[in-house]
Amino acid sequence: MIAPEGNPFLERAPLRVTIVPILSTLAGSATALLPIVATEPIVPPFGLMMLLAWRLLRPEIWPVWVALPLGLADDLISGHYLGTAMILWTIAFLSLEWVDQALRWRDSWIEWGVASLGIVTIGIGSWALSQPGGSHTSVLTVLPQTIGAILLFPAILRITAALDNWRLKR
Amino acid sequence: MAAPRHRRRGFSRRVQYGLFAGYVVAIVGILIGAALLLVARLDPRAFGTLRGVVVDAGAIFTGAGRVGVDAAHDLGDGIAAYFDAANQNRALKEELARERRRVIAAKAIAAENGRLKKLARLTEHLPAPILSARLIGSTPTGQRRFATLAAGTAEGIRPGMTVRSPEGLVGRVYESGIFASRVLLLTDGETTVPIKIIRSGQAALATGQGDGTMEVRALIAGGRPFRRGDLAVTSGTGGVYSPNVPVAVVVAVNGDRAIARPLADPGRADFAAVYPIFQAPVVDPPAQPKP
Repeated sequence: MIAPEGNPFLERAPLRVTIVPILSTLAGSATALLPIVATEPIVPPFGLMMLLAWRLLRPEIWPVWVALPLGLADDLISGHYLGTAMILWTIAFLSLEWVDQALRWRDSWIEWGVASLGIVTIGIGSWALSQPGGSHTSVLTVLPQTIGAILLFPAILRITAALDNWRLKR
Repeated sequence: MAAPRHRRRGFSRRVQYGLFAGYVVAIVGILIGAALLLVARLDPRAFGTLRGVVVDAGAIFTGAGRVGVDAAHDLGDGIAAYFDAANQNRALKEELARERRRVIAAKAIAAENGRLKKLARLTEHLPAPILSARLIGSTPTGQRRFATLAAGTAEGIRPGMTVRSPEGLVGRVYESGIFASRVLLLTDGETTVPIKIIRSGQAALATGQGDGTMEVRALIAGGRPFRRGDLAVTSGTGGVYSPNVPVAVVVAVNGDRAIARPLADPGRADFAAVYPIFQAPVVDPPAQPKP
């Protein structure tokens, strides 16, 4: 034990520090509650984008399993079968652990590339996992929201960085 | 910038065990997720209560936001109505006169139809709507096509009931919370509606494609049974959907298949009426001759 309990010099991190990343990701998932009635998937998956942005910006704040409850919340809100985002997001986190070890160099372009790859893969994965039995929706239905998500990702990364500054402000 | 080195194991046993436990929990979670997916395949109504609670909670936010969207819609429509108002007025008056004549003709036909049905002793058991409610939202990010209806089990909505707007069929109630429910739209891949083409009476199946259209397949293979502009209505075969509800209009023909666009736009429909599950009247099978 490095810092035993009752140490007066140990500063307790305020609640804000831990809760801002979680709440902002949930808010991203909650964009599915926008009061528009769409007959095709057009709104980018903001929950996934927030999750990836936090993970790329601050790899150390979350253990790997945090994608499970966040994915469950996303499944419940977006109406997917329960387990879709749980599985895909956790696999993405495990893959990012490996990517962190493999990448020797990273800048904003590489992060954008990694995030785009994640968005495309998870988009196709959630399309595959949400196919009801005996149906044949085209995989191209994922295309519009995926393009939107890739183009919007740098903006989401900026928002996340601003939130991160506010979160750690004293 | 060189990549940051986090997740450094170092020599601390505590950190090592913590990292390892995280991976174990993640793998176990993936397996649990796979099990949940399997449960959803075998029993689509599983976890209905949990999902219903989330539908209810989401409907609070969506319902509040819907007011603003409606106001914006109305404002836009109000401004648009002023452009070219004179020409539109003239055209509408002509159309009104034409439609009035048609309505009179239709009334006469309806009366005659009723008389003939009475003669033939045909009685139809078409269900009456339970209630009408607002469509307040949808799942625009997900791969499934759901709309949120502002009525739930408290008003007697149960999964499986059909939802219509004045223009035509909207979909079927998929899961319901206490005061909101999810409607499976026609364009979802899970929707299959038995239809018939009005022009030819050809029976067919319409399946959602997830991209705003439906695929129409004839029950009998071969030929080119569909034409552009064909109107499809429910046939009522097999129950669930009551007969003669407008469903879709064919927009493209592809061999013996066709692409159709649903007539009812759930994004524009203010109100949708919920109908109980239609049960096709049971026809007595012809009695077997006694040996």
